[in-house]
Amino acid sequence: MKCVDPGENFASWRDAARCLLEENVPPREVLWEKAGGLFSAARVEPPSSPRLKVPAAFVGLAESVSCHREPSRWALLYQILWRVVRGGERHLLSIASDPDMAKARTLEKNVHREIHKMHAFVRFKLIDTDAANGRERYAAWFEPEHFIVEAGAPFFKKRFANMDWSIFTPKGCVHWNGTLLTLTPGIPSNPVENPDALEAAWRVYYRSIFNPARLKVKMMQTEMPKRYWKNLPEADLIEELIGNSKHRVTNMLAEEPRPVKPRPKNAYLDKLRELTAEESL
Amino acid sequence: MELDSKLAILADAAKYDASCASSGAMRGNSLDGKGVGSTGGAGICHSYTPDGRCISLLKVLLTNLCIYDCHYCINRRSSNVRRAAFTAEEVVKLTLDFYKRNYIEGLFLSSGIIRNADYTMEQVIAVARTLREIHDFRGYIHLKTIPEASPELIETAARYADRISINLELPTQKSLDVLAPEKSIVRTRHAMGRIRNKLDEAHERRKGGDKKVRHATGQSTQVIVGADSSTDADFLAQSDDLYGNYKMRRVYYSAFSPIPEPSSILPIKAPPLIREHRLYQADWLMRFYGFKTTEILSPETPNLDLELDPKLAWALRNRQDFPVDIQTASREILLRVPGLGVRNVERILNIRRFTRIRLADLMRLRVSLPKVQPFLKTADHNPSAYLLDADSLRARFLPKPQQLELFAADEMR
Ligand code: SF4
Repeated sequence: MKCVDPGENFASWRDAARCLLEENVPPREVLWEKAGGLFSAARVEPPSSPRLKVPAAFVGLAESVSCHREPSRWALLYQILWRVVRGGERHLLSIASDPDMAKARTLEKNVHREIHKMHAFVRFKLIDTDAANGRERYAAWFEPEHFIVEAGAPFFKKRFANMDWSIFTPKGCVHWNGTLLTLTPGIPSNPVENPDALEAAWRVYYRSIFNPARLKVKMMQTEMPKRYWKNLPEADLIEELIGNSKHRVTNMLAEEPRPVKPRPKNAYLDKLRELTAEESL
Repeated sequence: MELDSKLAILADAAKYDASCASSGAMRGNSLDGKGVGSTGGAGICHSYTPDGRCISLLKVLLTNLCIYDCHYCINRRSSNVRRAAFTAEEVVKLTLDFYKRNYIEGLFLSSGIIRNADYTMEQVIAVARTLREIHDFRGYIHLKTIPEASPELIETAARYADRISINLELPTQKSLDVLAPEKSIVRTRHAMGRIRNKLDEAHERRKGGDKKVRHATGQSTQVIVGADSSTDADFLAQSDDLYGNYKMRRVYYSAFSPIPEPSSILPIKAPPLIREHRLYQADWLMRFYGFKTTEILSPETPNLDLELDPKLAWALRNRQDFPVDIQTASREILLRVPGLGVRNVERILNIRRFTRIRLADLMRLRVSLPKVQPFLKTADHNPSAYLLDADSLRARFLPKPQQLELFAADEMR
């Protein structure tokens, strides 16, 4: 059995996996273990020989799966890589129902979803405005399930190119200053506790755009699971909105119908009438 | 009036419009600009309200004052609802402030009709123009337009927007005459046709290499379900026409919802949410699964089965076509198998080039076995004839009564 340290990310795992492949070490003889773990894992030197040919589709899959927090992801990726390169299963990537592939696709899906949720649920707060040039500085706190901060960052760079911002998370932080995207290690807790001045208006909006006559709580929760709620300024309204909805609908249904008010004198409305009459001829 | 009070009134006034899409815009971002914003790709839902609807855009009316009298609408002139009006600057600022905090993808702006169509349209356009030209806003803008507004104004709106829309509301002029007397199907369709031509022109110019064209990429519309006696077949036939002849991106079906200011012309009731859901499913079958409206509904049964999804209902009516062999059936046929979605059909086509498909494979693709089993032959499964012949097949798929209420997902499988 060989203990190998996968490192932190796709690149470090790839270097290790290449070495193992070159030495023809089959998956069942590898234990992927962080250095300093129970067994003494070896950091593997990057291979010197020319690159191995690996299907491009595998690289994409492996990059995503690497971001997952599941510890067995490294072994799973090596298993798939081995089967493709050494086992001659060139089409494995196309067989979504293969047990290994099904597992890997699930992890990939989790990661993609979490990146998407980062794009959706990060909430910036205005920290200050540069008096000299008017440039604003924003910060957000987000708690992702997987290691997706780096993968999720370019979206924010493109969208908010002209403001400075930081996104802090326990699994890595990212900062933008208008020219450079910088990654720093994660931090344990939210450094931006104070609410943003706009949160009050956002909550007014959230409350008003909700239609109590169409309650579909389960649907909301599938798309916005509870674990995100604590960092969403609008989420503590949910309970109250659900609680009052029945009452509000009952009241609506009990309302007296309003009579039709007469048509106001308005040349435009007269014209519409004429037009409609002509059309029906 | 305080800004927050206006926001409360004018968001409430806009919430009956089901459209929330922020997808399908041209790709763009703020890296080479002065402002904020990016578009392209699928669009993002930044929050969800307990009605299961996504918040993607700041959806507000510029004003809820209105000289029209649409009886399903809280803003009609006969309603006693509190009235408010934003200034253009207020909407611009709210949009930018929300956007910079990553609350929204952009703005969906509509308005009650004030004075006349052109005047109203100009007010709406002013907001979009300020966002685009003064603030270099590159986020998503959806503008509601008015069929009676001059074609030039509608085209100006389209140049600032990513999406424009006109709501058809009700499928027949007879219904409109009673429930929305100022509206006209003929005028709406004319306007939609003109919009379609402009969209096509812009598309051609882009294809011709003019990457700078700033123009909406699509139009959409909404119909209200359950306010008049129109059948599902009426709605679907209409949608078919709208997708085909007007290149609608989406037709939204909105279950007629109770409002706090009911009209004596239109008694309110609980919204027919399941019917709305079934219409969306049928709409998907037409757009992505190759179904014709006449296959989904017939003159004898003009309404969708509320208890079963329309694909399953179709399969049960066409038992003679099943079971199909998963190993050899064409893509078109597989798409018609209840329980198989577009994605899984693509996967199956891939997989079967290399291996024989078994039930365990389907399970790993997260296909619901109880649903597909009666209709599919796999390497290790051949549904016994009695499964398909039995009258109990329908019973087998009927939902437990309480599940009906909870039916939620808009997605179709
Ligand atoms: S035109 Fe009709 S639907 Fe639109 S705001 Fe006025 S009353 Fe409501």
